[in-house]
Amino acid sequence: MYAELNSILNTSPDSFKPGEFILVSDKHTDASFLIHHFLSFYLRAGCKVCFLGLVQSFSHYSAISQRLGVSLTQAREKGQLVFLEGLKESLGVLLQGEASKGTRTMDFLRDPSSGLRGLYDFVRDNVRGAVGGGEEWGTPVLLVDDLSVVLSLGVSVGAALDFSHYCRATVCSELQGSMVMLVRCEAEDEEEESDDEGSEQLLRGLIHQCSLTLQVQGLPTGYCRDIHGQVEVCWRGQCDRQQTQKKLFQYKVHDKGASFFARGMSSAVL
Amino acid sequence: MAAPNMSVGKPTADRLPCNTTSFQKKSRSKLVSIPGTRPSIQNGQLIVSTGVTSLDYVIGGGLAVGTLLLIEEDRYDSYSRMLLKYFLAEGVVCGHELYVASAQDHPNDILQELPAPILDDIASPKTVEDQAKSCDPESQDAMKIAWRYQHLPKVQTALASSSRFGHYYDVSKTMDPEICQAARCHGFYLPEHSTAVTSPTATGQSPMPETYSSLLNNLQEVVHREGFDGSVPQTKSRNILRIGLHSLGSALWGDDLCCRENPSHGHALTTFLYGLRAMLRSSLSVAVVTVPSHLIQNRDTGMFPALPGTPNPVLRGSMDNDAFSDGSDPRLSLSGLNTKPFISDSLPPSTL
Repeated sequence: MYAELNSILNTSPDSFKPGEFILVSDKHTDASFLIHHFLSFYLRAGCKVCFLGLVQSFSHYSAISQRLGVSLTQAREKGQLVFLEGLKESLGVLLQGEASKGTRTMDFLRDPSSGLRGLYDFVRDNVRGAVGGGEEWGTPVLLVDDLSVVLSLGVSVGAALDFSHYCRATVCSELQGSMVMLVRCEAEDEEEESDDEGSEQLLRGLIHQCSLTLQVQGLPTGYCRDIHGQVEVCWRGQCDRQQTQKKLFQYKVHDKGASFFARGMSSAVL
Repeated sequence: MAAPNMSVGKPTADRLPCNTTSFQKKSRSKLVSIPGTRPSIQNGQLIVSTGVTSLDYVIGGGLAVGTLLLIEEDRYDSYSRMLLKYFLAEGVVCGHELYVASAQDHPNDILQELPAPILDDIASPKTVEDQAKSCDPESQDAMKIAWRYQHLPKVQTALASSSRFGHYYDVSKTMDPEICQAARCHGFYLPEHSTAVTSPTATGQSPMPETYSSLLNNLQEVVHREGFDGSVPQTKSRNILRIGLHSLGSALWGDDLCCRENPSHGHALTTFLYGLRAMLRSSLSVAVVTVPSHLIQNRDTGMFPALPGTPNPVLRGSMDNDAFSDGSDPRLSLSGLNTKPFISDSLPPSTL
């Protein structure tokens, strides 16, 4: 959990807006440090977290969260965290080749045209919380690390957008929980004649659905040792809330966190 | 201080012939010490050398164990092949196990072409008989003042060089077959593995063609059998498996990604890479894959978004014919190389 990001977003583990769909996107850089922030944030807030880790192993997140002060193994044992290890399940699907055994969660690997139905079923079953017995956690939270990887595995953009819509309907509207998704774009700058590039389309669709977006990019001027990039925070104006608001910050990732500052206010410069 | 008696003491054959001193650094218990690897300076994760020291420097010290380096081939597959051979040669010198898969050349042919390592010294360690001879106090070589060092060989041995991280190679010579045979290699030559039987009672279509499935299965079998994923209890010391996959995605692998504008299995290669990544993350292995991406016609297959999506540097070898006619040297351009802050936090050294 990064304190400066909390003050930028006006949230804290004790008070945050319910029903938020937060979209984290990046272009030519790596925004996964924000996912770690949200993971530790919601765990500290005592929410029931369902994490779809499709691109990294559990030990990866566990090691980084430990540096941020949260123990994922403990949370998983207590039942606060439900973690889907996409990589491990995928090996089972890809190697056996046969259907029938194992869960249907990663079925999109076996048959990409069927969409992400299995994944949504997993989310729906695990987000509702334990019925009777076990501790009572707060509002449910869904975290998806890297929805765009399913595009490279053959799932269509429409299926991915359907999945996020279903999740939003269940988690945000019905259960008043929050949702955080990471999407990665890799648009080539030279030629862009195909305007329907998969990840760009997915990003545009998700921006339309979300309520808060954080777009991470590298610095337009190039590599800098003290500033790792810039993040543009955009609050989408909903019907009764304020107008769309945009703010631009620069960030630097440390070993145990990240610091955010206004443009030109990096500690290396001042 | 009176000079102690020369004949007293343990026989010199007991001591290791190569250590000048019996001092041993007290290593922290958590970190595994596998030859040929070292913890990264940035975050302590285990890294191995790619074989090219300057490339190691560019990608931040070396290749992290459990990750994959994807090389986009140049037009004639010369530099990418060279990088693959450097990677495998480094594995031989460090004593790692190798796994080579190719659809074009037999893995044994690739292994015979490895560049020769440039080792520090030519002298080999003295055998035990030589030591016994030199310990003869009547011989002229007996030392009178520095008698404690008498049992040591006169020249520092070649073993010291293999404890270095990253070696240099002489490309004009090929590796000695003896050194090569000392390393354990597993090969996967596709024509030998092509099964005449199609997949048994496949209910739906499989996401990958048979070739990739059989490669993945074979790789998993090797990893499991040799215990790289921790399945075998630690009877022997741990080692790293270096996986080299040559020209994945080319037509010889049965994939029409590089042949057609609308391939039938457009996402077969990325699915395979996803499965490979899952396997790497759960075992002590490193992989280098070369892909002939200049042949891929349809940029929309999700291949290019996928590659930087996996946190690996992508090297693009661009070689034009003009480079030769100019007289200038062909260059290897590194594009898409972004150093991600948390890139190597995928595997802390203590988990495996």
